[in-house]
Formats: sequence, C-alpha cells, structure tokens
Amino acid sequence: MEITARAVWTLVHGMGFGALYLLACSGALVEFWRLTSMSTPAPTTRGQERFLKVYLAAMAVLAWTAVLTGAYVIYPWYRAAPPAGTLDLSQFPQRLLMANPAIIGWHSLGMEWKEHVAWFAPMSITMVAFVFIRYGRELACHKQLRAAVLGFATASFLAAGIAGFFGAMIDKYAPVQGGYTIQLSRGGEQ
Amino acid sequence: MNTLRPAASPHSPILTNGSGAAAILSAGTGCFVLAVIAMAADKSAAIKSFFVFYKPTGPLSGVTTAAILIWLLVWIILDLRWRRRTVALARISILAFTLLVLGFLFTFPPIADIF
Repeated sequence: MEITARAVWTLVHGMGFGALYLLACSGALVEFWRLTSMSTPAPTTRGQERFLKVYLAAMAVLAWTAVLTGAYVIYPWYRAAPPAGTLDLSQFPQRLLMANPAIIGWHSLGMEWKEHVAWFAPMSITMVAFVFIRYGRELACHKQLRAAVLGFATASFLAAGIAGFFGAMIDKYAPVQGGYTIQLSRGGEQ
Repeated sequence: MNTLRPAASPHSPILTNGSGAAAILSAGTGCFVLAVIAMAADKSAAIKSFFVFYKPTGPLSGVTTAAILIWLLVWIILDLRWRRRTVALARISILAFTLLVLGFLFTFPPIADIF
C-alpha cells in the first residue's frame, strides 16, 4: 500500500482541514440555533463561554488553513501546464478534465466556482468568531446580532460544502498525483 | 443609521451593537468584492495578469489577497466609526446578506459568464 506525497497533501487539505471544518460547522450551527431560537438565551457559565470562543477560533484557523493549503499547495499542481506534446495528462488534472467533454464541467463549473466561493467560509467564520469573542455573554442582549451570526455561519457551511463537494468529485475524476511515493505497508500474496 | 440606545433594563447591553454590525457588513462586502474582482479578472486579460501575485497559483492569488485586504480595511474603518454606537442592525444585516448572496451568485460560473 503506497501513496504519493501530493496525494497526502490533498488528503490533509480535504479530509484533514476541509472535512473537519464541515463537522465543526454542524456543531456550531446547532449551538447558534439554540442561542438564536430563544428571545433570551439560557445563561451560560464562564467555562461554556470560553469553550465556545476557543471552538470558534479553532474553526477560523481550520477554515483559513484549508483555503491556504488549497490555493498555495494543491492548486499549483492542479493547474500546472504540461510540456508541449504531452500525451499522458494524468499528472495535469486541469488539462485532463478539459481534454474530455464528458468531464470538463468538473473544471469549468466545479473548480471555477470552488476556487472562489471557498474563501467565503474563512471570511464568514472569522467574523462569527470575532463577534462571539467580543460580545461573549452580552450576545444574550443582541437578538439581531445573534440572528446575523447564525446566517453567516450557515453561509460559511454552505461555501465549505460547495468547495468540499467539488473538491471530492474533481479528485475522483482527475486526482492530483506525483511527488515521491510513500510506502505505507507491504501487501502479502493472496 | 444611528439610533438611540434603549433605556436601561435587566437585559440592557453594556456593549453597543456597532462593532458587531461593522464585522457583519464588512464580511458581506468582502465576499461581494471577491466575486466582483474574480469576474473582472475573468473578463480582462490585463486585469487577470495584474492579479498574478504568485505565479504557480495564478490570478487566484491576487484576487483573493486583494479581496481579503479590502475586507479587513472596510472592517477596520467601520469598526472605528461604529464601535461606540448603536446602529440600525436590521438594515445593515439586510445589506450584508444581499452582498453575500450576490457574492455567491457572481462566483457561480453560469451567472458570472452572463456579464
């Protein structure tokens, strides 16, 4: 069983940061909904408040790490131009997708949308984390602020979901490959 | 967009809503600006070339860096202006969500290609 270095980076970006962010989002949305659905939320302890602040700050870090590794580590491999006359496009995912009309949409729609909309996730969740850290328990007095924060957290989840879905599908049809090979285990004979 | 703070009550906030409103509106603005710059870079070769800040990543590097800088700048300016004020958050939220939705729409290739 082996894996290439570029595939490891893709895993770290997609499964490590991206999928973990989506999981964290679902937890945060439940908490925001609980806070927003009540006109005056139930009082929280200092420990609960501190936990939520750290949780949201960690989400912001996760979201920024996901988009930065995507844009500056994976994307250059994805969009690399093959030398003239290259027939095997397996090392050039963007060109591989563009060469086949049946799967070109994963680039022209999927990647073209994903590469921009993904940035809405860290921008939105950074704002959400800031508002929670700044206001803390005072948010109980700001119903409209809580509702706006819930809306932006949902938008962040949606943006990350779009990016995650297209990222997974693009990796299915034109995976980023190459780099040195890491041997994970030696398979036994059947 | 300023309104008077409500009379003191057991649930009266100590912090005004201005700082939160600044964060919300700047986030909406940042998403919208990113979409507009991305569209502009897609339509014009000169703009696309201008936004190549890091060659391996191409124009995406400049488009996102510029949008982030504008988002942070708008946030700082609005926060400095509103942090001690109570502002009309309902109107600001509607504006921020309108910008956010436009951002989603303008980054969607079939819609971006119309312009």
